[in-house]
Amino acid sequence: MLRFLPYLVAAWLLLAGLYGIVTSRNLVHAITCLSVAQSSTYILLLSVGFERGGTAPIFLDVPVGTRAVDPVVGALTLTDVVVGATVSALLLALAVQAYKHNGTLDPERFGGELD
Amino acid sequence: MADAAAVATAAVVAVCCLALLASSRDGAVVYWFGAWTPRDGIALGVAFAVDPVGAAVATLAGVLATAALTFSWRIFEAVRTLHHGLMLVFLAGIVGFCLSGDLFNMFVFYELFSVAAYALAGYQTTDPGPVRGALNFAITNSVGAILVLAGIALLYGRTGALNLAQLGQSLATHPADGLVVVAFLLLMVGFFVKAAVVPFHFWLADAYALAPTVVGVLFAGVVSELGLYAVARVYWTVFSGPLAGVQGLRAVLLVGAVTTALVGGVMCVLQHHLARMLAYATVSHVGLTLAGFALLGPAGTGGAVLYLVADGLVKGALFISVGIVDHHLRDTDELRLAGRGRHLPWTAALLVAGALGLAGVPPFGTFLGKALMEEAALEAGQPWLIALFVTVAALTSAALLRATGRIFLGLGPAREAAARRGPDESAVRHPHAHPTQVAPAVALLAGAVALGLWPGLTAAAEEAAGRFTDRPAYAAAVLGGAAAEAPAAHPAVPLAVPARWAALSAVLGLALALAALRPDRLPAGLRDRLAPAVAPAVAALRRVHAVQIGDSVTWLVVGMAGFGALLALVTR
Repeated sequence: MLRFLPYLVAAWLLLAGLYGIVTSRNLVHAITCLSVAQSSTYILLLSVGFERGGTAPIFLDVPVGTRAVDPVVGALTLTDVVVGATVSALLLALAVQAYKHNGTLDPERFGGELD
Repeated sequence: MADAAAVATAAVVAVCCLALLASSRDGAVVYWFGAWTPRDGIALGVAFAVDPVGAAVATLAGVLATAALTFSWRIFEAVRTLHHGLMLVFLAGIVGFCLSGDLFNMFVFYELFSVAAYALAGYQTTDPGPVRGALNFAITNSVGAILVLAGIALLYGRTGALNLAQLGQSLATHPADGLVVVAFLLLMVGFFVKAAVVPFHFWLADAYALAPTVVGVLFAGVVSELGLYAVARVYWTVFSGPLAGVQGLRAVLLVGAVTTALVGGVMCVLQHHLARMLAYATVSHVGLTLAGFALLGPAGTGGAVLYLVADGLVKGALFISVGIVDHHLRDTDELRLAGRGRHLPWTAALLVAGALGLAGVPPFGTFLGKALMEEAALEAGQPWLIALFVTVAALTSAALLRATGRIFLGLGPAREAAARRGPDESAVRHPHAHPTQVAPAVALLAGAVALGLWPGLTAAAEEAAGRFTDRPAYAAAVLGGAAAEAPAAHPAVPLAVPARWAALSAVLGLALALAALRPDRLPAGLRDRLAPAVAPAVAALRRVHAVQIGDSVTWLVVGMAGFGALLALVTR
């Protein structure tokens, strides 16, 4: 059971984030929810490469064949974090612009025609 | 100076991609970063694996970026370097995405060009519209990217590989199980969002239509196409082994393709805003191209790739033409502009030529692509697809011809036009289109025609697609091993029958356009019976498309659930 817990957490975070975006009436809230959904991928990646009883993947002064967690997923997660930060920063900048124009962060009260 | 440097850079990128296209015709060009070559058939490093299909899409992006930057030569005085920098980063991301032979690197390049695209869509901050469009674009597409990454994580957990060839090799040893199907679902939906397949397309119209025209050229010309390219690339290199025995997969993909083509085509006809019209034309043509890929064979894939490139050139030219209209008349609403474009005959000619390109009339390259796809549809026992191709080509070209007739010839009921007329009637600031504005559009259209006249292009496309769809040969080229056998020669595709279908599309398009411009000439009985039947459906479709950010993500989730349910049915 404990083996599946990280996957359940990842699925939960993804769904919670999506629910937040779908129901959001505030852009900053929506962007934060997007970060929540994105963090599900960190958990998923890290749990995919986790090795029970493994050490950190630093192969210095350890005997050959020592069990270690997968270093590749660490690298992928790090890349993902950078990507996520970029997207959030850009989105927040756009939200600031939207607030300057519309005086509100509620997308449903923005001006302009929808069609 | 900044203009010249940006145009020169984009042009050099286009030429380099073309050189890659030429040199990859005899076999994939594989480059391992840091010389981390595979050991005993196991990929250790990260590779670029260039084949003609990827190189062709990258070349398209380079050509469109060159044209767009040439068009914007004098437009962006204030934000020039920022704009040019973003455009070049955008182009770099696209080229990397097309050439990558590694799934995770595809994700990184996907995010790179997407982030540049969000910024490009939203930086025109003097106007509230683009910011709203960019926010919807960015949030919906980021959700798509998260799904792609989740799919990659699942595949890595199963195989321990990220290289496309290695992934395909590991997965091919077992038939698809639940995990592989879920990974397939996540990756496909993620790329469908970028491709704007219905119902993942709700972000597109706002983003494309409200962005500056120069940016729209690249968006409509190549971004949706990249989503489709990724769908085909990932299916053929990774999933074609485990999913080979799944009979219903073609039907599932065709459902998506047909829905996309029809919804896009009908929405295109309903638009009065030129850029929005082109945005929905993009959606409908994405549906057509997806239909070619969905036949899951080399002929359909070759036709789809050919169509995708030629269609990208035509749409690029059309977006530039709309940019010229916007620059001269300060508006792009068909009804408000009625009759105001009489002094711009060349722009009108460009729009008409573009409409014929959308209709897929020879000698445009779109015709050859469609002919190949029609041939593949007949071979696959799906002749009804030809009717879809004719309908969609007629709808999108009709919308454009109607708008051209109204703006440049002043046709159409005066009552409709007068109701929308704005206060600034006379604003004609620039009497003549500048050569740097007209030349890129002419060049793009000429490119689309050159593709259509290129001897032996269909055979070359089929050969390239044969290699694209041959998973073992791709794996051998990337990882080393037994050389692939030479692909079989392809008989020339008969073009007489497709030419008749293309002519039918164009005639239907013209007839529809005339019917819309002169409704008083239609038989009264037909008009009175048609209007009440169609109006509620049209109103519903319009209502569905007036979306907020949350709605667009809701549709994404609903679409994913539907696609997942269909996949579960066919892979049971």
